[in-house]
Amino acid sequence: MSNGSFEPRLVGFLCNWCSYTGADLAGTARMVYAPNIRIIRVMCSGRVDSQFVLKAFREGADGVLISGCHPGDCHYQEGNYKALRRYKLLVRMLEQLGIEKERCRLAWVSASEGARFQQIVNEFTDQIRRLGPLNFRFDGGSHEQA
Amino acid sequence: MSKPKVAFYWCASCGGCEEAVVDLAENILKVVEAVDIVFWPVALDFKKKDVEAMPDKSIAVSFINGSVRLSEQEEMVHLLRRKSQLVVAFGSCAHLGGVPGLANFWNKETIFRRAYFTTPSTVNPDGVVPQEKVVIEGKELTLPAFYDTVRALDQVIEVDYYLPGCAPPPKLVMDAVLAILEGKLPPKGSVLSPNKSLCDDCDRNKTKPEKLTIKEFKRPWQVMLDPEKCFLAQGIICMGPATRTGCEERCIKANMPCRGCFGPTDQVYDQGAKFLSALASLIDAKDEKEIEKIVQTIDDPAGTFYRFSLPKSILGRRKMEAIK
Repeated sequence: MSNGSFEPRLVGFLCNWCSYTGADLAGTARMVYAPNIRIIRVMCSGRVDSQFVLKAFREGADGVLISGCHPGDCHYQEGNYKALRRYKLLVRMLEQLGIEKERCRLAWVSASEGARFQQIVNEFTDQIRRLGPLNFRFDGGSHEQA
Repeated sequence: MSKPKVAFYWCASCGGCEEAVVDLAENILKVVEAVDIVFWPVALDFKKKDVEAMPDKSIAVSFINGSVRLSEQEEMVHLLRRKSQLVVAFGSCAHLGGVPGLANFWNKETIFRRAYFTTPSTVNPDGVVPQEKVVIEGKELTLPAFYDTVRALDQVIEVDYYLPGCAPPPKLVMDAVLAILEGKLPPKGSVLSPNKSLCDDCDRNKTKPEKLTIKEFKRPWQVMLDPEKCFLAQGIICMGPATRTGCEERCIKANMPCRGCFGPTDQVYDQGAKFLSALASLIDAKDEKEIEKIVQTIDDPAGTFYRFSLPKSILGRRKMEAIK
């Protein structure tokens, strides 16, 4: 990374029942973690449509975190397995579109794992900082017009 | 009163959409009776200067097929937009970018390298590559500029209506022409085909099991396809769930899965991503390694899911800097 001052912009889709509560716990326990992440609460990690992730990248995210309950713990039984299946296929497609798979991460965080959430966000922020900015630009090709 | 003037034009396309107009068969006589065709390069000898000489907005409707990849196409569609009251994006390429839009996985440099140097059938010992300008015997010759990115029509000019399909079926074309002639048009920006998914109309829907699951993805040539069973239930990728209906299931009836040429319904922006979400949910595994193994049985996910819609997807193309 040539620019030492690069601060990654991360988007986190967190499930209401486990991961968001885990993040909340990190907050109430005053655990310090990288301020680079913008959190969006969804009811379930299985609700995270691949369109959300692509849109985040298009709108300027350098990394996207999807976080849900541990396998077996989903409030809706199987939503997190859906998230896992999608994630595995999505990162393949992202690579084909020129976005490194390391820019999209799936992590299981339970409601009691504030410290784990802190660690994941810090790690992910460092990882994206090392990768550098994504700078995905698509203006419908209009930059080429005469 | 004079008859309404109609123009047809083609950009980056295969010619199949022109064929679709001819496929109106005897109905084309009704169309010809009702309108004046003032420009149609594939069939009639009018020139660009003839269009330039027309007053602005004097063409009632221009049907434009093909995506936009050359400066010439860009110039022509701007000209037609200026001269036309309505512009209809005709067919998948104009609507979504289409198959030519798959070039957005590459750029001009890599496409030229492939086409003029590395294909096994290329013989180009002098390394000749098309130039936009070349001087021969003191005369300057020009070619249109070739862009890095292929665009759908509405990424270049304002589009009033979309006729989906590769190519649009004659019935939809005729319905659209009649709607325009009778002034019974839906709101501007509409896709002129029913707003529901192909599965809604598909005869095979009733053979879909209660819980649809997939252990291994297969390609049509790898299996004897059951002529009645839901393709997804056979492990074959069928874009039906994420694709708009109205095509009269031409492919399904020929025992081939849907490839998605009608694009998404109004509720969905990115057909490929939406289909990915739906398809991945069907994977019959909970173990990470096993899921990975099943996912690997899909060849070229991006190319398959965005076969007709890469330019109109959320990302629109592969990241330029990632192309080697």
